[in-house]
Amino acid sequence: MIELLLQHPLLAALIALVGLGVAFGALLGFAAVRFRTEGNPIVDQINAILPQTQCGQCGHPGCRPYAEAIAAGEDINKCPPGGQAGIEALADLLDREVIPLDAEHGEEKLPQVAYIREDECIGCTKCIQACPVDAILGAAKHMHTVIVSECTGCDLCVEPCPVDCIDMIPQQQSLQTWHWQLPESSPRSADIIATDAGEAA
Amino acid sequence: MLADYSVLLIGAILVNNFVLVQFLGLCPFMGVSNKLETAMGMSMATTFVLTLASACSNLTYHFLLEPLGLEYLKTISFILVIAVVVQFTEMVVRKTSPLLYQVLGVYLPLITTNCAVLGVALLNLNKDHNFLQSLFYGFGAAVGFSLVLVLFAAMRERLAVADVPAPFQGAAIGMITAGMMSLAFMGFAGLV
Repeated sequence: MIELLLQHPLLAALIALVGLGVAFGALLGFAAVRFRTEGNPIVDQINAILPQTQCGQCGHPGCRPYAEAIAAGEDINKCPPGGQAGIEALADLLDREVIPLDAEHGEEKLPQVAYIREDECIGCTKCIQACPVDAILGAAKHMHTVIVSECTGCDLCVEPCPVDCIDMIPQQQSLQTWHWQLPESSPRSADIIATDAGEAA
Repeated sequence: MLADYSVLLIGAILVNNFVLVQFLGLCPFMGVSNKLETAMGMSMATTFVLTLASACSNLTYHFLLEPLGLEYLKTISFILVIAVVVQFTEMVVRKTSPLLYQVLGVYLPLITTNCAVLGVALLNLNKDHNFLQSLFYGFGAAVGFSLVLVLFAAMRERLAVADVPAPFQGAAIGMITAGMMSLAFMGFAGLV
């Protein structure tokens, strides 16, 4: 076999290159199956940081579509419910710069819950259809109410209510919702260096 | 034996540093050195690819091309080997570390065109390295590349906030810094 190939260098070259190609192709094919990835895993990590209010203030229909848009390169400062802490977590995950919240998409507010003044409710079900997380309970011509533990405080139900009987009230602090007030975002190391340079000059 | 390999390693890392002395692999050196973290990711990916590609091309040459008298096909076969190793690395990184995959982005496939990788494979032949020597030479080259890439990235992070005159900002001061690093690495000449 080897002698035959040595006598026909062209054949040898062809067989060698084709053989290499086939072997490597098989290896890559195996690797493609062995290391298959479903979807884009980074989207899941971004989605886990987003607050899951499904409020749509970022201009996307929900948190997951926004996570996909961020993975595709969109700015990370369009999520008011996530606030500055959310932006910092995203910047850390994606190795991007920390940028202030884009005011165009809303301001950072304290966590809120919707409250329906039940004696004014006419049972029109419009708020039930608007709620992205199914946190409003009720039926047609019957009074509705909000399941507080499910409400994300997105205020999407306030707009459609024909009798304006929905209030957004700040969430009551309980042992479950209380957390440390984070300190104001620490001075960036870059600023320190720049200031030092200024003092030295 | 041990001394031989340590000399080979030191030679590849410091004395004949692939980036600063032989000027191979300059594109990722300038391109991925803006952030320390990215530079580290790129270093790891390149280290893996360079070591593996160096060993694989050595095997390909000695067990396929040489017996068949096809030495003239070495360049094209090595490119094939490198492309496959890079593809393989990309799949593994994508599976194991999505974030690193995201951060490396276009630079991961670009390792294919990193001339240092092909350079190491061809230099192995010129220097008649055996399999183990190729492995060490490739690893040494990769460590040297990683070392200067990380050092350079650290400097560029400082340069980004330094008071650089406007005409020198950005790539210009990067090039100047790289040149000075290269001058400094010339100091290792004659060490082995």
